[in-house]
Amino acid sequence: MPATDPPPPPDSWVRPCPPEQGGGLWVEPGGFHVDPIRAVNRAIISHGHSDHARPGHAHVLATLPTLDIMRARLGEGAGGSLQALAYHQPLRIHDVTVTLVPAGHVLGSAQVVLDYQGSRVVVSGDYKRRHDPTCAPFEPVACDAFITEATFGLPVFRHPPAAAEIARLLHAGQVFPERSLVVGCYALGKCQRLIAHLREAGYDKPIYLHGAHLPLCELYQRHGVDLGELRPATAAAKEEMRGAIVLAPPSALMDKWARRLPDPLIAYASGWMRVRARARQHGVEMPLVISDHADWDELCQTLQDVAAPEVWVTHGAEEALVHWANLNGFRARPLHLVGFGDEET
Amino acid sequence: MERFAALIDALAYQPARNGKLRLLVDYFAQTPDPDRGYGLAALTGGLSFAAAKPALVRELVASRTDATLFALSYDFVGDLAETVALIWPQRPGSNQPSPSLSEIVAALAGAKRAEVPGLIEGWLDGLDATGRWALLKLITGGMRIGVSARLAKTALADYGTARGVAVDVDAIEEIWHGLTPPYQPLFDWLSGSGPRPDVAGTGGFRPMMLSHPLEEGDLESLSATDFRAEWKWDGIRVQLVARGQPGAARIYSRTGDQIATAFPDVAAHMGFTAVLDGELLVARDGRIAPFNDLQQRLNRKQVTAKLLKDYPAWVRIYDILFDGDEDLRGLPFDERRARLEGWFARSNPNAMDLSPLLDFQNWEELATLRLNARDSAVEDGAIEGVMLKRRDSTYVAGRPKGPWFKWKRGPLVADCVLMYAQRGHGKRSSFYSDYTFGAWRGEPGAGGELVPVGKAYFGFTDEELAQIDRWVRNHTSNRFGPVREVSPGLVFEVAFDSVHSSARHKSGIAMRFPRISRIRWDKPAAEADRLETLERMVVS
Repeated sequence: MPATDPPPPPDSWVRPCPPEQGGGLWVEPGGFHVDPIRAVNRAIISHGHSDHARPGHAHVLATLPTLDIMRARLGEGAGGSLQALAYHQPLRIHDVTVTLVPAGHVLGSAQVVLDYQGSRVVVSGDYKRRHDPTCAPFEPVACDAFITEATFGLPVFRHPPAAAEIARLLHAGQVFPERSLVVGCYALGKCQRLIAHLREAGYDKPIYLHGAHLPLCELYQRHGVDLGELRPATAAAKEEMRGAIVLAPPSALMDKWARRLPDPLIAYASGWMRVRARARQHGVEMPLVISDHADWDELCQTLQDVAAPEVWVTHGAEEALVHWANLNGFRARPLHLVGFGDEET
Repeated sequence: MERFAALIDALAYQPARNGKLRLLVDYFAQTPDPDRGYGLAALTGGLSFAAAKPALVRELVASRTDATLFALSYDFVGDLAETVALIWPQRPGSNQPSPSLSEIVAALAGAKRAEVPGLIEGWLDGLDATGRWALLKLITGGMRIGVSARLAKTALADYGTARGVAVDVDAIEEIWHGLTPPYQPLFDWLSGSGPRPDVAGTGGFRPMMLSHPLEEGDLESLSATDFRAEWKWDGIRVQLVARGQPGAARIYSRTGDQIATAFPDVAAHMGFTAVLDGELLVARDGRIAPFNDLQQRLNRKQVTAKLLKDYPAWVRIYDILFDGDEDLRGLPFDERRARLEGWFARSNPNAMDLSPLLDFQNWEELATLRLNARDSAVEDGAIEGVMLKRRDSTYVAGRPKGPWFKWKRGPLVADCVLMYAQRGHGKRSSFYSDYTFGAWRGEPGAGGELVPVGKAYFGFTDEELAQIDRWVRNHTSNRFGPVREVSPGLVFEVAFDSVHSSARHKSGIAMRFPRISRIRWDKPAAEADRLETLERMVVS
């Protein structure tokens, strides 16, 4: 090929894939999928949440923590052969060079940087720009096309500083010292981040965990994330739980499980808690607006940082972000991928 | 403002009464004067400034945001104040300091109309999202966070008790109407650093005693011989504070608002010295008129001679709190009643009479009286039901459970046809939850038409709401913004307190307090009630 040829347009070699052919994105010159939703031959996985890391692929490429998370959650289903790729290490797969770059979403989460004949596409996966003691921060990568999530792609979603939300939780503990503070949160990422933020705020008492949250916390600790003293909630006496902080899956909050706790004060940590009607639907007493997804300002900032002429918007409120991006000089369009946004919010 | 915002935010999510009390006490303890006093005033309805209209808020946000992005956001959130609070883009580098609640109250009280938008804009820039939400709730005058004035006062008593001050909620009620925001002397007293505020000479409103609705099964555990009964009159509750001459007379509404200037025809006859509890009504030649007539006299600053003549006010007295300067509130009901009758015989004032005691031997007899109240030849439409008062009940402030009950007569019902449905707000923002329903004028199917007779938005469960919502979406015949017109097909049994003639409504009638009592999925629309049926119920 002569050196003067222009690079191929991004949509000529990276395409959304119909679910019946695996879903996610299909990178033809590399012969692999990114975050496919059905079992495929070769898959690159951006991070360990179950809507991105599906079972049954023959060959899986991901960061080491992501592979560990998949092994912990999927067991044998994690895949036939698992290959770890460190951040910033380029790997050639057929005609495409793949580089994983931190996405700041959860431990091991990566943007997938794809280079082909001078054209660069970045699949951001899920990401955020906020401080998170449990994972490497997002790094913007200049590219020709940037594929962004839009979970919180409306300008009403502007997350407050996590430290302020943690301070509200700790203040509630002072107002209601005889109650246990139960925080609903997802097992992967949010749980560990909450613990780390509590430790940053100087909270050094043991933190109690629902059984479903224990294995991933232990996995984080094995990867060098310091979470302080953790105890299983089931083993503790009721009296011991007065004034204690307990983390549990959201589904356990309204379940019989919560009855073992003394007069539980139900909190819920999620970006959706920003909207009152949503928080009320969950019946929570204390909504905590803490999210592992970029809020509106972060999404807009990221598009400007990455400065890709083309922006493809997937799962979430595509319409508003596409509108904003087009107003601000990007060529933006929605990419209707199926099957995302199911697990983590 | 942050503390106040955090308080009402937490209160809005707090279902338990005790939890709310704890949050309020914490706020009083953590917030300095005068901010906590203004926060208290905001919760008890004690702040008054010209409320900002939602239209002003819309204009402000439109000047800062893209119309498409705002529309998408409002559609998702469903509440204007909340959408604006969340979407508000602070002007880069505006660096506005966050305003305190007292600054906001003072600035709004002193502001000229044209200055208000600029003030609000500056505050929105200085506050975070929760602060902006609280500010917008405050200035548009709709807090709706489930805290009654009574609860706030109970929290004040808890706050004082925790600081070793001997105080209960009745003691707060007793002095409340002599106090004004920001309540510095009150907080000084409750913090143990000042005397109990002296409110003598500030008008003398005494907190009223209120009743509980009688519930299913209550009567079985109560003995008829322990109780007295009176009619429950359909007017407004008033307290007459008479201080020797008509010019010094005070008439207080239930919430302690002074309304004597609007009722000179009663005040003119208050030359005695006493504090009385009774019902303000309109009466002609000794016959009580329906509530609609009284409404002509309410919420007016000026009364014309014509109004006084057409709608003469009357007070039907049922209790005496002070005879001269003697406090009778500690006496049992029967003794107060004897004192009331003696006082009335002596004074015999114009424009008022005594509410008679009802004659009954047992609950069955009283139930019959109550059921027939609507049809009785005397003063129909002016009786809402009966009141039960324990013969030994002392007069205590607030709503104690046990001594007084109200036993409302059964509601009227009619089968009406759903005509229009409108989307609700907040939790119901995605549901069609406000219903306009009609009755048939003429014969259905033979040139007859439905005319709207009322509107209701409660009386159904969440599950029923979802079913109606689905029905509305499947039977829409026309759309007008948030309103859908539906083809006639769904019948509601509507309960209401009374029907009045109304020149403003196409049907010529208006229902008082309508609510959905049953959904008649089974009933064909053609079999719903005729307008004539409702017209026969009109109170005249």
